[in-house]
Amino acid sequence: MAAAAARLLIRGSHQTLPISSVGTGKQSCIGNALLTLSSGCNSRLKTQRRHAAHFTFQPDPVPTQYGSTQKMNLFQSITSALDNTLASDPTAVIFGEDVAFGGVFRCTVGLRDKYGKDRVFNTPLCEQGIVGFGIGAAVAGATAIAEIQFADYIFPAFDQIVNEAAKYRYRSGNLFDCGNLTIRAPWGCVGHGSLYHSQSPEAFFAHCPGIKIVIPRGPTQAKGLLLSCIADNNPCIFFEPKILYRAAVEQVPVDAYTIPLSQAEVLQEGSDVTLVAWGTQIHVLREVANMAQEKLGVSCEVIDLRTILPWDNETVCKVSGHHSIVSIIVGHFIIGI
Amino acid sequence: MHQQQPFDSSLEKPQFPGASAEFVDNLEFIQPNVISGIPVYRVMDRQGKIINPSEDPQLSKETVLNFYQKMTLLNTMDRILYESQRQGRISFYMTNYGEEGTHIGSAAALESNDIVFGQYREAGVLMYRGFPLDLFMAQCYANADDLGKGRQMPVHYGSKDLNFVTISSPLATQIPQAVGAAYALKRENMNRAVICYFGEGAASEGDAHAGFNFSATLECPMIFFCRNNGYAISTPTNEQYRGDGIAARGPGYGMLSIRVDGNDVFAVYNATKEARRRAVAENQPFLIEAMTYRIGHHSTSDDSSAYRSVDEVNYWDKQDHPISRLRHYMTARSWWSEDDERSWRKQSRKTVMEAFERAERRLKPNPELLFTDVYQEMIPSLSKQRESLFRHIQQYKEHYPLDLYEK
Ligand SMILES: Cc1ncc(C[n+]2csc(CCOP(=O)(O)OP(=O)(O)O)c2C)c(N)n1
Ligand SMILES: [Mg+2]
Repeated sequence: MAAAAARLLIRGSHQTLPISSVGTGKQSCIGNALLTLSSGCNSRLKTQRRHAAHFTFQPDPVPTQYGSTQKMNLFQSITSALDNTLASDPTAVIFGEDVAFGGVFRCTVGLRDKYGKDRVFNTPLCEQGIVGFGIGAAVAGATAIAEIQFADYIFPAFDQIVNEAAKYRYRSGNLFDCGNLTIRAPWGCVGHGSLYHSQSPEAFFAHCPGIKIVIPRGPTQAKGLLLSCIADNNPCIFFEPKILYRAAVEQVPVDAYTIPLSQAEVLQEGSDVTLVAWGTQIHVLREVANMAQEKLGVSCEVIDLRTILPWDNETVCKVSGHHSIVSIIVGHFIIGI
Repeated sequence: MHQQQPFDSSLEKPQFPGASAEFVDNLEFIQPNVISGIPVYRVMDRQGKIINPSEDPQLSKETVLNFYQKMTLLNTMDRILYESQRQGRISFYMTNYGEEGTHIGSAAALESNDIVFGQYREAGVLMYRGFPLDLFMAQCYANADDLGKGRQMPVHYGSKDLNFVTISSPLATQIPQAVGAAYALKRENMNRAVICYFGEGAASEGDAHAGFNFSATLECPMIFFCRNNGYAISTPTNEQYRGDGIAARGPGYGMLSIRVDGNDVFAVYNATKEARRRAVAENQPFLIEAMTYRIGHHSTSDDSSAYRSVDEVNYWDKQDHPISRLRHYMTARSWWSEDDERSWRKQSRKTVMEAFERAERRLKPNPELLFTDVYQEMIPSLSKQRESLFRHIQQYKEHYPLDLYEK
């Protein structure tokens, strides 16, 4: 994350100000003006609470352009996207560890019974196998939707993602590709996941041309962006903020719809500083922007990057052409290259 | 799918969900050699005589001559490309010497719409499928005719038309991929299978385990074809594994397995044919371990005299070679004379040389192709990078041999 953010900052052309916030508590707050505004970062206060993390989910407005909507949380919006896909694409298959009974985060509940056990199935416990299998299925023409049970456990599949999926089209001169592959993984902290159920590993993949990385901020975005990943002709990694699975509820369109990849969204206009983030951090930023306005009289622009790779350089740099960019980092801030 | 045993507490049998067998009351470890000494299936002896007539695949003269011509053409192509690397005309090469029987025997047993996932030492499979010499050469020269657009080292062939998935350098990655492809083919129900080739060295990778286990549990029409040629670069098999080779692993995965004499093209053919038939009919994977010997160096970057004796190599080259074995068989039937041999050698060398010369004269791919196919669409940052490269080349063109590249 640090890497992706830092690259973003370097290319952002202006003064940079990295902020680390809302971690699992292991990360100390990097001193800067904005963070002192957040009570969530006061370590003495933190110890009083069960969770150090603090944010208030801010639902998107009810979308009107995609037909009727239903109240869904984020995991239900994922299920809905998968349901639409299985219904419309007979080649689509969904697989991973414990996917058949509905998945440990309940994202595939009911799909095996509805579409058959050859389309929604368990694999052995082996991440490199899951991604390798998904690549091969995609190469042979299937729409392959692979689930990695936690983003923390994606690393055994690193080689299959970085050396194989990302390079399939290029190395074969476009004879073969695995563009029909989408890898889903629950991502980020929930507050009690500690070291190995909290990680945000997108930076490791952000330096890898050939794949796309997408992280949504809420249920409506999640469904539209996931359906875009599935439809996209390049292999995509779709990280799902797992703290939002239940906490985030919105009116989500029932039918299939897509939200374009590689397009950042300006959520709030502002004239002094641009705040860029993705996933759960968007909700932190919105709060920070309000506090900055109230307490400091600083006008913040808030951008949801949405697609980490290939990222929307144009939107981020265009809007921030006249002031500095602050990128909010979820993970560690050690080095960004 | 395989069903778990129903639980029944009244039986004096173990009820653990993960195993089904009897209880015993004596402490005994299972010997690792319980499945040792897996025999080597063969059809011909070293002199090309059929050992058991009922195992003779009874191939027509025409088919057998085609086998022989493909094996020797591969051998000739190897010699010329190896030599051309020595002369600095191509950057790298890997020969297939000694393993021709495994390639042709297995390729001939497949249907043409079966998908092949290879490692890198299976050029004969592609040749049998009809990949023209010009395209082999184009890939090795990375010229403008290379289907891979000049992006990979020599021998990383691929052909969409011939269902041969482009070779990738990282070892064993193709193994779980092949299984995924086999699963997709199973769902299409079009009577197709996937074959996946790999070396005994690559079989040590985690991806090999992943592929074996996935194919068995997900019931895929899949043939795993291991070329056990004795070495992984310099590492001999006794430093690669301690069990009885690769075939011995099959039972651990619940997979049907066989070991064959890879220098006996008919044994390879029979085993692959039957494995293919059953893989498709029964939706299950098969593991074939073909015992053979890598007569050449690992690659043009290797000198194998540092780790094995000339005598050892000579034995396989002179006394147990798949090409000479098949030739004995043909000679015994008067299907192939000295004259046939002489004229075929001359003719095949000429065809290879002509293709070689054509490839050498050809321009290199357009440098523009450096930037395409990263994503299906051209993304803005790459298109910017491309523009800046071309601006740079334009400015300093005296330093770039642009006339060697296609425009
Ligand atoms: C993941 C990986 N590790 C190491 C290498 C370097 N390497 C290339 S070939 C090779 C030996 C492979 O031996 P084997 O699988 O037996 O095939 P053979 O060369 O004998 O045909 C090694 C170590 C590689 N290409 N990929
Ligand atoms: Mg070997």
